[in-house]
Amino acid sequence: MKIKTSFILNGHKILIDIEPQELLLDVLRDRLGVKSPKCGCDRGDCGSCTIMINGKTVRSCLVLAIEVDGQKLTTLEGLMQNNQLTPLQQSFLRNNSFQCGFCTPGVILSATELLERNPRPDEDEIKEAIAGNLCRCTGYQPIIDAITHLITTQNSSPSKEKRKGVKS
Amino acid sequence: MPILQEFKYYRPTAMSEVLKLMPKYKQPLILAGGTDLVNNLKTEVAHPDAIIDIKGIKALQGIKFNNNILTIGALATFSDLIDSKIIHSKFPVIAEVAKTVGSTGIRNRATMVGNICSAVACADSGPVLAAYNAKVIVQGKNGKKKIPAKEWFKGNKQTVLKKNGIVLAIEIPLPANKHAGCFVKMRRYSGEDLSQASVLILALPGKQYRIAFGAVGPIPIRANEIEILLNGSDPTPELIDKIKDLIPSVISPITDIRATKEYRLHMCRIMFERGLKAAVSRLNGTGPVYGCNLF
Repeated sequence: MKIKTSFILNGHKILIDIEPQELLLDVLRDRLGVKSPKCGCDRGDCGSCTIMINGKTVRSCLVLAIEVDGQKLTTLEGLMQNNQLTPLQQSFLRNNSFQCGFCTPGVILSATELLERNPRPDEDEIKEAIAGNLCRCTGYQPIIDAITHLITTQNSSPSKEKRKGVKS
Repeated sequence: MPILQEFKYYRPTAMSEVLKLMPKYKQPLILAGGTDLVNNLKTEVAHPDAIIDIKGIKALQGIKFNNNILTIGALATFSDLIDSKIIHSKFPVIAEVAKTVGSTGIRNRATMVGNICSAVACADSGPVLAAYNAKVIVQGKNGKKKIPAKEWFKGNKQTVLKKNGIVLAIEIPLPANKHAGCFVKMRRYSGEDLSQASVLILALPGKQYRIAFGAVGPIPIRANEIEILLNGSDPTPELIDKIKDLIPSVISPITDIRATKEYRLHMCRIMFERGLKAAVSRLNGTGPVYGCNLF
């Protein structure tokens, strides 16, 4: 039986009828056309389905869509403002921090959450924050470089930049 | 993988509604974080006719400390445990345990209560609750009950929780104002991997110790035999060697895809020694910082 469900997705109000067994990842990709979260392992290990619920990263393959009624969701699509990449995204570009790009939305969201909480993380903290996002191309170092580079080059507090980026 | 089974979904806002809903269904299941449950729905390990999402029940949220008892609500996630000031100051080893669970994306959702309700043999919450003599607060048909952690686990994925019973919280008594602990977990890499073996050590004032092992038996193992040998003594190299030889008789690991029985047995000896030394030095104020990786 479909149940009326509403939530905020990247700043837009969504009203949708959802079956209780529908997965959030499938609803986002197949019914709402939001393609940045990917289905990788489908069991919460790889992090490619990462999205944010109320500013916290979660595995959308392990969430029932009906659970997010009334919540604020952010996907990679929602980080940009006025079609501008966030400083973190620009740093990923500068540092060649992806090849196939499959893991990138999840990695960027995890790093965004980290910088939001901790504007000056050390390398161990960066590694810990992205530990749940598996990348099979770059070997992680360019990803860590992108985050480190952003921290060391930004004069303003990264947390403020990120806060602007997250619409939730 | 879509979920191929249908069920009703409810999100009550009060426990009284949950208690009314549960008896109406043959196999109602409680949903909190869902990191285990949704997987079980996909793989059809779980076949509920109703899912009751308790995230709307405020009374189950939060981490409190009153009368020297820490109460971890059913909705407290591992991220909540890591961020909790009271855990940081009074029970830092609980945060050390929580930091090893999955990854941030899992910890933001998964709850400690859910972890002990799933009760898989490698659950990271098992040893710490066993060592602290924690109690599981269960709301049953006939009111609330407190079940000691050592009676809670019955086997791999089995607990004493009866049908229609709901865990409200976990209670952890503070063993001593000044005490220290250490959790050492063996795994291939951080971020996702399940525990292959783990040991939790508490060092209390007066040379008292508590030792528990995880993932080396169907349920967490509190090592009373080791505690009897250790209590009242300093952990001298001779005593540690004697205890390391005792460990194979205390734990019963299996061989599976993640590690062999022999490897687990060997590593438990090493992890015990490292954990004990770290816990004792932390009690003396000189140990490694909580959360560092000793494996």
